[in-house]
Amino acid sequence: MNADTPSISMLGTSALLFEAPGGMQLLAQQRIWALAREVARWPGVREAVPGVNNLLVSLERPPAHRGDLEARLLAAWDSAEALGLKGRVVELPVVYGGAGGPHMADVVAHTGLSVDDIVERHSAPLYIVYALGSHPGYCYLGGMDPRIATPRRKVPVLSIPGGAVSIGGAQTGVSASDGPSGWNTIGSTTMHFFDPAQDPPALLQPGDSIRFRVEKVIR
Amino acid sequence: MIEILSASALATVQDLGRTGALQWGVGTSGAMDPLALAAGNLLLGNDEGAAAIEVPVFPFELRFTEDCAFALTGADCAARLDGLPLLPWWAHQARAGQTLQLGVPLQGRWRASRAYLCLPGGVDVPQVLGSRSTQLRGAFGGHEGRALRRGDRLRAAATNHKNSASGFGLVPPALALPLQVDGVAAMRVLPAAEYPLFTPEAQQAFWRDEWKITSQSDRYGYRLAGTPLEAKTAIEMRSHGIVPGVIQVPPSGEPIIQLADGNSAGGYPKIGVVIEADLWRIAQAAPGNVLRFVSCTLEEAHAAEREIVSYLLRLRRLADYCRFPVSEQAA
Repeated sequence: MNADTPSISMLGTSALLFEAPGGMQLLAQQRIWALAREVARWPGVREAVPGVNNLLVSLERPPAHRGDLEARLLAAWDSAEALGLKGRVVELPVVYGGAGGPHMADVVAHTGLSVDDIVERHSAPLYIVYALGSHPGYCYLGGMDPRIATPRRKVPVLSIPGGAVSIGGAQTGVSASDGPSGWNTIGSTTMHFFDPAQDPPALLQPGDSIRFRVEKVIR
Repeated sequence: MIEILSASALATVQDLGRTGALQWGVGTSGAMDPLALAAGNLLLGNDEGAAAIEVPVFPFELRFTEDCAFALTGADCAARLDGLPLLPWWAHQARAGQTLQLGVPLQGRWRASRAYLCLPGGVDVPQVLGSRSTQLRGAFGGHEGRALRRGDRLRAAATNHKNSASGFGLVPPALALPLQVDGVAAMRVLPAAEYPLFTPEAQQAFWRDEWKITSQSDRYGYRLAGTPLEAKTAIEMRSHGIVPGVIQVPPSGEPIIQLADGNSAGGYPKIGVVIEADLWRIAQAAPGNVLRFVSCTLEEAHAAEREIVSYLLRLRRLADYCRFPVSEQAA
């Protein structure tokens, strides 16, 4: 939640979720990247995976002294300095609306904006890859105009296609493959985001950027 | 070598899953019932995490194209080898040309819905990102990154297997570690971070009610039907990493348990997390059935994990003991 202080919660017996305070911010995300690098080196930590202004710490086994681990996390967060990752910029041509954007109408209904306004606002920013997660190669992007924020769907869709450009709350992203999603799909693009034969297998890394270029708008 | 005869049965090659790839958005995959996988491998003298075939849809048929030992665990599918009945949770020996048929799981001595077929040395498929498990969404791992279909040929990693013991079986966890509430399969759950944000009525209903496993349930997750669970206010969260077992509640109020192939991150509020020690119970609960959630403390969750460890240790000892003379003969 967007509290004033960081929060830590258990996710089952062998994982912790650290959440940075405040709204969705790049500065906080840069500190999360730094925290992830630090925590990944700790003994007993299987993986430290950044989310959006938060960090999942997956452990080898249930922590013997949970309180100590939490205190150490908080201390590491306090001393974490913003890690300014500078990455590549990838441009993605997007067809907005139509069959490839089945939930555009829901975003229109929620925001009260026209399709053109939504497209203009969605395609304006240079989005920064905050984190990878959900499915192979999927990127959570920061920098969306809050005026087009739209709540996640009441019932998640069983499968949206790879290349789907969607909005979930204050966030946006592009599906890397077909699969279930609770986000609102407003357009589509084509790009291979993941190849297990490459090293790293994901096309984009935290700190890279995406620009959506309007290829077409279907109203 | 075996050849799959069933058209498309959503059967996949799975080991104990993929760790270390969450940073690229790659979840764990792996056997939905890791205990059945481990037991089947122990019956053959394999590493407990060797890759096997997970079968969720029946009937399922395959042919052995050469002599081969095999073990069947998980659901009791009234398996037949060239028509002759086979014991479940047992190691067997097939001759070249014989056909193995797995029928619809029996709901007699224990209820289960997924079967595991283990082969000597494991199913021989390449490791991708550290695991042989099929990553269905990413279309890699397992056999060509997809579910098996008719005509697929798979090889056992060990050809001259010395441990092809038959004559002993193992006790399924459903019998050794039963857990039911009012005759309904139960899973232990640790409340999650957003639990307090649900209404008192929702919190009570979560523990009190039976939850029906809908037909929209698979390796990604189980979607449950029951009294909709309402949050006190709308909750819209920043996306964060999640783990198999997390129970999300979308605004519709009907919970979704994220499972082996589930998304590795999400943003719906989490009411609880099914403890790791009980994930195999979900794997064996079939769509159409009901399940119950039982509240549990962190200490109880740790005790449940110790119970799993000691169950597996008992199986390992028994397997070592029973296989010993056969290994000697074969050597």
